[in-house]
Amino acid sequence: MIDPQMFQLVCFYAFAAVTVIAALSVITLRNSVHAVLALVLTFFSTACIWMLAEAEFLAIALIVVYVGAVMVLFLFVVMMLDIDQEKLREGFVKFLPVGLVVAVVMLVEMLGLIGVRVMHAQTMGVNPATAAGMSNTAWLGMALYTQYLLPFEVAALILTVGVIAAVALTLRQRTGVRHQQASEQVAVNARDRVRIVKMAAERPIVGEPGSQSAPAEEPKP
Amino acid sequence: MPNFNDILIMLPEFFLVAAACVILVADAFMKPAERPFLHWISIAVLVVTIYLVVRGQPSGSVTAFNGMFIRDGVAEILKVFALLSTILVFIYARPYLVDRKLFVGEFYTLMIFAIIGVMLLVSAGNLIMIYLGLELLTLSSYALVALNRDSKLSSEAAIKYFVLGALASGMLLYGMSMLYGATGTLDLAHLHDAIPQSTMPHLLVFGLIFMIIGIAFKLGAAPFHMWIPDVYQGSPTAVTVFIGSAPKLAAFGMAFRLLESGMGDLSQHWQLMLAVLAVLSLAIGNLVAIVQSNLKRLLAYSTISHMGYLLLGLVNAGPEGYAAAMFYAISYALMSTAAFGVILALSRAGFECEEIEDFKGLNQRAPWMAFLMMLSLFSLAGVPPLFGFFAKLLVLQAAIHAGMMWLAIVGAVFAIIGLYYYLHVVKVMYFDKPVAGTEVRLQPDFTLRVALSLNALALLALGLYWGPLLGWCKQAFAG
Repeated sequence: MIDPQMFQLVCFYAFAAVTVIAALSVITLRNSVHAVLALVLTFFSTACIWMLAEAEFLAIALIVVYVGAVMVLFLFVVMMLDIDQEKLREGFVKFLPVGLVVAVVMLVEMLGLIGVRVMHAQTMGVNPATAAGMSNTAWLGMALYTQYLLPFEVAALILTVGVIAAVALTLRQRTGVRHQQASEQVAVNARDRVRIVKMAAERPIVGEPGSQSAPAEEPKP
Repeated sequence: MPNFNDILIMLPEFFLVAAACVILVADAFMKPAERPFLHWISIAVLVVTIYLVVRGQPSGSVTAFNGMFIRDGVAEILKVFALLSTILVFIYARPYLVDRKLFVGEFYTLMIFAIIGVMLLVSAGNLIMIYLGLELLTLSSYALVALNRDSKLSSEAAIKYFVLGALASGMLLYGMSMLYGATGTLDLAHLHDAIPQSTMPHLLVFGLIFMIIGIAFKLGAAPFHMWIPDVYQGSPTAVTVFIGSAPKLAAFGMAFRLLESGMGDLSQHWQLMLAVLAVLSLAIGNLVAIVQSNLKRLLAYSTISHMGYLLLGLVNAGPEGYAAAMFYAISYALMSTAAFGVILALSRAGFECEEIEDFKGLNQRAPWMAFLMMLSLFSLAGVPPLFGFFAKLLVLQAAIHAGMMWLAIVGAVFAIIGLYYYLHVVKVMYFDKPVAGTEVRLQPDFTLRVALSLNALALLALGLYWGPLLGWCKQAFAG
């Protein structure tokens, strides 16, 4: 029988080693798609370490936000590379081995995590959430809005600065460019666009086109 | 649980955040012709904030938000001078920005957010707050450096600043995680108590080294000074003048909070590290400045040497040394705003008055500006009876009292070497013939001239009458 504490320790070192190796691959691999796959593995392994420390919410958030966002990044890379459909299909086969390796490592990591839980290994430290008798998510929310309120709000300020900086550095107001004025489009009235003209119903006057020219031409022959 | 009293303690910061948001929204609805209004509002906001900082100052030290925020004498002095120098920056920057079509609302909002970062940093009571305050300050600074989007030099400076700044933040964060691992707390006061009982002294010193690297990066002390010359030269002068003032005060505040409030018991380890940084900064800053032909770059290298002097004060690791270092940081902020202010006053559309060549014969063209420049350069060099002289004297004294006579001698020798390049600029202004074709024209802005004159004359006044300011600094560290 394996000692649960030992197994947990082995898992921790294994996850940490995978994280470091994957992070190194991100900056050393020449192929950008491989690098993105390594980045996914880095985030996933970090999430596994957090899971070991019983920070479940953070681990799930990392997977959902980062791995999700990185997948979008991955798509962007493929789209920006300007490759035709034929090559893309070749690429799929070419990237398959690396993708499989990443997937297998992830699977092994998940099995390790399940193993740690099944064996009921002791926790790595005092878990404040269990001590307070709350779920991890509830405790995190409580901590963020009480003890860590100020850092939480300052982090929001930093995000605001990010937005301002992004707008200040990229928005160019060029003159002479046709803009779409959404507010005017919404506020428009049917009357401004279509002019309905009232006219008396007209009947073609019999013989009218010929009535002037015909008498003038008649005397000629 | 946070309560209303916490908000009262942080009133200046809360006011400034609210004002920044109002200015941000107001700018979106303003026509370009109404921008001067925004300029005056921003200055008024900073003046009110100074009033709030001084008015609500408690005797002694109070904390808010579970020890995240400390309001004490040190924070008060640093905040007052950081806000004051930012007001000067706003006044000096306006004509420069108008000439270059950079007079936009974002300049003001980003500046105010940067100053909020400074205020949070110097009041931080927790490692998280130090990191967040620093990020708020530096993120705003990166954007400000890149504000002139059409300039290749600015973009290059911004990228260098961003990459090296991110690296430094990473180092700092790594050091913090080591400290957390060794002590189990992020609160600086708890950290101070936990360090003597820690069972992992090697991990503590390991974390300390990374913290020192982070601090040295932010101060711009050699060998972590690589970004300073390029950023000073590449960014618009209106932004350079800011980077040379308030962030230096913030870096001193950060060093004080981390080293004294957090790791005071490890001082025998960090004293020697700081001494090495100081000697390297003095040597590299002063020696490389001699060969510069661009005044902004020259002042950048002089910054590196000044940070060396500031570190001499910190090496003392006692109230006397901290007071001397803070006095030095304040004097440096005022001197560099004056020196860059003159460059701003002489620049105009299509002409950056930043080469030393451009200053040839300035005395014949604009004698008053030449006089103000001479005052600030002499003060930077440490010529008596100017402000900079007493600041240098105090840090050298602090180093001697710390038992590091050799360090004080090195400092004095490099002060004399440094005199050469400051005097060279003064000689160029007073004794050289003006170069034909470099017509120097003064900015007609009245407030700029008045503020610049006051700033430079204050260097003389504080040099003659420096007792009260030093007393204020000493009192802050005594209590």
